[in-house]
Amino acid sequence: MDRKLIEQLEVKAKQLRFDIIEMLGEAGSGHPGGSLSSADIFAALYFSVLKHDPKNPGWEERDVFILSKGHVCPGLYAVLAESGYFPKDELMTLRKLGSRLDGHPSKLKGLPGIEVSSGSLGMGLSVANGAALAFKLNKAGRRAYCLMGDGELQEGQIWEAAMTAAHYKLDNVCGIVDNNNLQIDGECEKVMNVKPLAEKWKAFGWNVIDIDGHKLEEILEAFNKAKESKGKPSVIIARTIKGKGVSFMEDQAGWHGKAPDKEQTEQALKELEN
Amino acid sequence: MEKKATRDGYGEGLVELGENNPEVVVLCADLSGSTKASMFMKKFPDRYFSMGVAEADMISTAAGFALAGKIPFVSSFSVFVMGRTWDQVRVNASYSGLDIKIGGSHSGISVGPDGPTHQALEDIAISRVLPNMKVIVPCDAIETRKATIASAGIQGPVYTRFGRAAVPVITEDDTPFTVGKANLLREGSDLTIIACGLMVYEALTACDILKKKGISARVINMHTIKPLDIAAVVNAAEETGAIVTVEEHQLFGGLGSAVSEVIVQNCPVPVEMVGMKDCFGESGEAEELLEKYHLKDRDIVEAARKVLKRKK
Repeated sequence: MDRKLIEQLEVKAKQLRFDIIEMLGEAGSGHPGGSLSSADIFAALYFSVLKHDPKNPGWEERDVFILSKGHVCPGLYAVLAESGYFPKDELMTLRKLGSRLDGHPSKLKGLPGIEVSSGSLGMGLSVANGAALAFKLNKAGRRAYCLMGDGELQEGQIWEAAMTAAHYKLDNVCGIVDNNNLQIDGECEKVMNVKPLAEKWKAFGWNVIDIDGHKLEEILEAFNKAKESKGKPSVIIARTIKGKGVSFMEDQAGWHGKAPDKEQTEQALKELEN
Repeated sequence: MEKKATRDGYGEGLVELGENNPEVVVLCADLSGSTKASMFMKKFPDRYFSMGVAEADMISTAAGFALAGKIPFVSSFSVFVMGRTWDQVRVNASYSGLDIKIGGSHSGISVGPDGPTHQALEDIAISRVLPNMKVIVPCDAIETRKATIASAGIQGPVYTRFGRAAVPVITEDDTPFTVGKANLLREGSDLTIIACGLMVYEALTACDILKKKGISARVINMHTIKPLDIAAVVNAAEETGAIVTVEEHQLFGGLGSAVSEVIVQNCPVPVEMVGMKDCFGESGEAEELLEKYHLKDRDIVEAARKVLKRKK
């Protein structure tokens, strides 16, 4: 594995976390927990895995990324801006009147890089499947990626989509589960148990790749393995820590959908600068 | 008079599209024979996708096809493809502005013996309330074919509503059809009957009955519920001074509501509405149900009598 690339991605992931906190502090509301837990995945996708062109968001050869868990859009907005899809200054307009950066991603607002609106959970994997089916129909080597939450797996539509991807042998679909074990009301296991994850996906006919979702080396290797899978879709179960990178937010369900106040923002940014 | 189910027009429209536009794909949720999506499947198996009994997944999958440049038609019974999936339609089609074409078959009470779970009577209301959505309710098989073909050329989501029962074919191949432009079928001066779907035929026979009574009724085929042809409604109100709306749908939120919204804001005149009166249907033959739930020409005549009494 390219050590230099890993280090670069680690720097990017840290930058994304910094941007996420800054945006949320300015916005005064939003979802830090899942944005932080998926920051390493966002960094790997946009700075190594995806075939994309920030200067040409509608590029007809691009891979598509679908954010099914729309509430972690601060992470997506941060990585899109960092990639050059739009100016970074715009991040500070998050959730404000007239902004293109709504509280959940809006395709209608026309923010470059947003493929579909999301926010109502459970729909994204189906969207990725549809794109992947179209790519196969066109005999294009394009791929479709979809980031889901583990709490989101409680939505029945995810499992409808899981059937569809396996039924159509969509080896150009790669799902990622941000497995941080927490949702708004608390531990996923207590709210509505979704375990065992790997066994469920396997039973639905998927190639399952289980990793530490904060180790960039493992993340990159997982995406490579997914690309190599033939005849079945792949899902990366990324074991993560909600709120990762900010000490007082880590592993706390309370930070699912609450923005840091001024003091907390300063403390969090200080931690992320080190 | 020749009778043909509007769903046959959907199937024919899909086949014609398939021949002319390689980007058209069709998805169906285990009802390909009933919705006539099977006609497309047989000719273009590579562009047909069986989605199983999973309508929510089907809508969102169509969104994926659309963002990859395809024009997906999703097909099922109206209750499932528009009702069960409303949130998917809202977020992935309407709020994403994607080119998803929704074909809802087995709408209305004329579904017959399958009963209320399968008789969509609320779908016009829940579709037309969505921003960016266009809603078409063709009156016969020929018009359904034209609507299906036209919808592929419209940017954004379109919901086309059609039915199971064989109904009179009242238009011809060369009858004009433009989405958003109402068709004037009969000129008249005492009142205007505005109808959609298979109720257009009932409106025409009601017009004949009224004529015998010396009443001159204008008849409008309002095949597009959204965007509504506002000019046609305003002209009808100004020129005839009384309106009767007719639909195979709940009175709340459907064609009658859409027309009334225009009337009260532009040219208040008396309106009477014929439709389902806040109730479910039941099992029975289509014709028996239309009789029992007062969706026949004689019910339109009765509404006309009432509206004329209120007319100043």
